[in-house]
Amino acid sequence: MMKLQTKYHGEVEIEDAAIWHFEGGIPGFPDEKSFVLLPLLDDGIYMVLQSTASPYVAFVVTSPFLFFRDYEFNIDDATLEQLSIEKEEDVRVYAILTVRDPFSETTANLQAPLIMNEKNHKAKQLILNDRHYHTRHPLFADGPDKEKG
Amino acid sequence: MLILSRKKGESIQIGDDIEITIAAIHGDQVKIGINAPKHVEIHRKEVYLDIQEENANAAKNIEGLLHLLAQSKKDSGSEKKNDG
Repeated sequence: MMKLQTKYHGEVEIEDAAIWHFEGGIPGFPDEKSFVLLPLLDDGIYMVLQSTASPYVAFVVTSPFLFFRDYEFNIDDATLEQLSIEKEEDVRVYAILTVRDPFSETTANLQAPLIMNEKNHKAKQLILNDRHYHTRHPLFADGPDKEKG
Repeated sequence: MLILSRKKGESIQIGDDIEITIAAIHGDQVKIGINAPKHVEIHRKEVYLDIQEENANAAKNIEGLLHLLAQSKKDSGSEKKNDG
C-alpha cells in the first residue's frame, strides 16, 4: 500500500497492483508514466485517471461506448505489441473528458482514447488516424441540451 | 533545420532504421512514405498538437467537480420526468 495525494480525492491509499504504467507518458505530459483509476461517484460512469507522481495531474475519464454507440477503431500492431495485448477482452478503453460548466457541455476526446491492458497494466493514449474522430465530441450530443440549429 | 532537395522517388535515411521517401508530388501537396521501427510513433504534427492541447485543457483544475456531476444527474432526472 502507498499513500497518494490526489487532485479530487484528497489523500488515498492504493496498492501497487492498481497502478497503470504509461511507459511513454501521454502527449503533453511525457514524464507522467504512472497513474491510478479512482471512481468519482458510486455509479462507476466517471473515473479519474490520477498521476501517482503529481497530485495536480488528473483527468476525468469515462467509457466512450456508453455515450457513443457507434464508436469503433482498430488498435494498430505496434500498440498491440507495445502493450503485449493478446485478447480483446483484456483491453479497457477510456476517453478523456474536458469537463465544462455546465456539465452538459462537457466534451470527450475520441481521437486519442486510452488503451489499457488489464493483464499487465500497461497502457497508452492511442492517437487515431481516423478523420471521423476529433478531440472535442459533445458528450451529450443526443441529449436535451443539443444546440438548436 | 537541415533542408535537403529531393525529387519524386528519392529518399532520405535518418539513422540506421528510418527511411523517408517522396512518394508523389501533386501541386502543393507531397505524399511521403515513412519506414520506421514500430516503437517510433509517427503523427501529423497538427494532430499531435491538438491532442497535447486537449490533454492540457482536460487536466485543468475543475472547480466543484463533484457538485457539477451531482447537478447534471439531477438535471437529467428532471428531464426524464418532463418526458412522461
